[in-house]
Parts: sequence; structure tokens; C-alpha cells
Amino acid sequence: MTYPSPAADERVFVVELAEFSGPLDLLLTLIREQEIDITDIPIAQIADQFIAAIHQLGLNQAADYLDMAARLLRIKVQMLLPRRVDDEEWEDPRAELVRRLLEYEQIREVVGWLVERATLRADRWARGWIPEGPERPAAPILLDLPALLHAVDDVLRGMPQQVLHRVVGRPLDVEGATRRIEALLADRAVFDLREAFGAAPTVADVISALIAILELARVGRVHLIQPTPFSPVNVNRGSVEQAA
Amino acid sequence: MSRLLEAALFAASRPVTLDELRRLDPEAGAQDLQAGLTALRLRYDEGGHGIELAELADGWQILTRPELAEALAQAHLVDRPRKLSTAAMETLALIAYRQPVGRAEIEEVRGVAADGVLRLLQERGLVGVVGRGEGLGRPLQYGTTPLFLELLGLKALDGLPRVDELAVELTPPAAETPEGA
Repeated sequence: MTYPSPAADERVFVVELAEFSGPLDLLLTLIREQEIDITDIPIAQIADQFIAAIHQLGLNQAADYLDMAARLLRIKVQMLLPRRVDDEEWEDPRAELVRRLLEYEQIREVVGWLVERATLRADRWARGWIPEGPERPAAPILLDLPALLHAVDDVLRGMPQQVLHRVVGRPLDVEGATRRIEALLADRAVFDLREAFGAAPTVADVISALIAILELARVGRVHLIQPTPFSPVNVNRGSVEQAA
Repeated sequence: MSRLLEAALFAASRPVTLDELRRLDPEAGAQDLQAGLTALRLRYDEGGHGIELAELADGWQILTRPELAEALAQAHLVDRPRKLSTAAMETLALIAYRQPVGRAEIEEVRGVAADGVLRLLQERGLVGVVGRGEGLGRPLQYGTTPLFLELLGLKALDGLPRVDELAVELTPPAAETPEGA
């Protein structure tokens, strides 16, 4: 933090607030820097300095600082209220603040002690000391090969058989169509292609029959003849069949 | 006895309590145990060893000697523990002295919300929930853990400075200062 020496006429402080852990920290630092008697704080002056300081604050912490600023202003106002000189009831409005500041200063002193202790301890390492984690590390595992294999076996046995393919009935029946066409061929040497489809054929029946006829034509057991364009196709018994 | 203790403390990665050490040899009494530990400590201290026997966090632990810290850290054989923020240290100090203590009291003294810091300290294992208070909503009460003592090299909580030893004393402010501001 940087404190330019306060000018005589204008007491403005430049404070880096990231350095402070809270409003009490800031307040106490302001008081200590100026060597103010903590039991007799010039509240008006400190309140102004405090408010000037929090102007540079990030919003996430501002609520805590604003709360303190409001307290300071209230104390300032209470101090300004007139009172009788011999008023026994009067209680210094700063008393609560002073108590909290002293309490906080005590904490700061303890922190100093803790840091010192922790630094000393940090120079000494235990075996395999792990910087974080209160948990004890798990004990080393004792491995037994037969037991391990047995466990693997159990796991494999327990695994459900994975279904890779679902077989569905093929709607096309090329074999059936082939048999039907062969029956027709055995009966007659020539027949109309449409007869190969059978009575009341479905799309699948027509495709099956076409594939069957094309296959038979490929191996030479039938010849396909269309006498004129767009006329019905005749299926003739093939030469192979005749040769056989 | 010393050999047995040495083996046990070497194998453990945390301070070992007297009760745990006693289980090593049911025949041995508390006196034998203490004598064994003292002998081991002396052997480390006087025999030119790089380690020492430390009593902390309700137990005993073998630690490297502080004068060797620099060399160990420079060789990257060990990590230096990370420092906690001031806010975390303040909260920790407060819990150490006032435990069991609730969040409201911590916030009251520090003048800042304490949720984040408390969670951090709990994650680091320095602070734990030790119970619930009597007040409205039975607020959680926090206390320090054995790890806290271990990281400070303390045997027990009474190793912390006593409140009357601190330079700052909590004296009520003098009421007769009417002219101020």
C-alpha cells in the first residue's frame, strides 16, 4: 500500500484496497499509520479518510466497507449532538468501535504469530508429506493373481451377451420365385413374363420374380424376347436347359 | 524399542499418537515408550542425522531438519506449502481462539462475510464443523483440526499464545473523553 505524506491542507490517502482483508483492517491501518490514540479517535477525520479510501474499491466487497462507513458517519453525528457536561448517562458512541478495533488488532497479532509458526514448520518436511488433504493415503494394495483372474472371470460371465444384429425376415423371396418359374419352364417352352409374377402379386413378388428371371437369364436357362417395343416380354426356355 | 518406534514413525505419513505407538508392543509401558522416543530423538539430534523427531498434533513425527530446507526446496524435491490469504489467516486465528464458534461471530469480529473463507479452510482440512450452536436455526460451529496443529508444529491448542500474553489487551475504552471529533 502506498501512503503519500498527507498534504497540510488536504488529507487524502491513496490506498490499495486489495491489501486489506476487511473494513476493520483498513480502519485500523489508517489509525495506526497516523499514530492516533485508539481510545480517542477523531471520528470526523477518520470517517472522511475511510470513505475516500473505499472509493477505489471493487463492488464485491463494497457492502462490508459501506456498512462500516455508515457506522462511522453515525458515530460522527452522535458526537456532534449537544449534551450536558455533567451527564452521567452519556456513553461515548465510539466505545463499541474501539472495542471491535482492539479485538481485531488482537486477531492481527495472533495471525502474525501463526504465520511465524507456520513458516518455521514449513521448513521441515515429514516423509512423503502432502501439502493438502487431511485424508490418510490409502494403504498399498495386496495383489493375488488367482483371485484377480477369478474376478475377471466373474466379470466376463456376468456380462450380458451383446446383441449385434437383429435379423428380420426378408420380404423378397427370390428362391420361391425361381421355383415357380422353373415349374412354368418345365410345363411350357415359352410363357408371358407376367405369368411369372403369379396371381395377385405384391411389389415384393414382382421384384422377387424379376430378380429370379434375370438370374436365370444370366446363367442361360431362359432367354428374354420382346418382339416389338412395349409389347409383352416372352420368356423362352434356354439352350442350356435344352442341352441338358 | 527405539528401532520399533523408528520403523513405525518412518512408515506413517502423519503424526502418530502415543496410543497408536503403544499398540506396537503391548508389553511396553508408558515409561518404556517415553524412554524409547527420547532415545530416538537424541540419536537423531546427536548422530549427525538429516532428520529429527518432532512432537506435534498429539503425536510424534519424523521431520527433515530446518537447516536443510533451502537445499531440499531448491532441488524441487519438496514443495513449500502455499500461504493462506490474510483473510483466511484471520478467520483461522479467530476459530483457534474461540472454538467452537459460529459464522456470525466470525463475521462480527472481522466485519466481513466469511462464507468463502470458511469453505476454503474446510477444504484445506484446517477447520471442521464441530457441532451446532444453541441459537436460532442451530448454526454450525467450527473448530480447528489436528492438521492445523500439525502445520503449525504445535503439540496441542494450549501451545497457542495465551490471550494475556498478547501485546494488545482488550480493555474497555476510557469513558471520560467527552470532547472528540
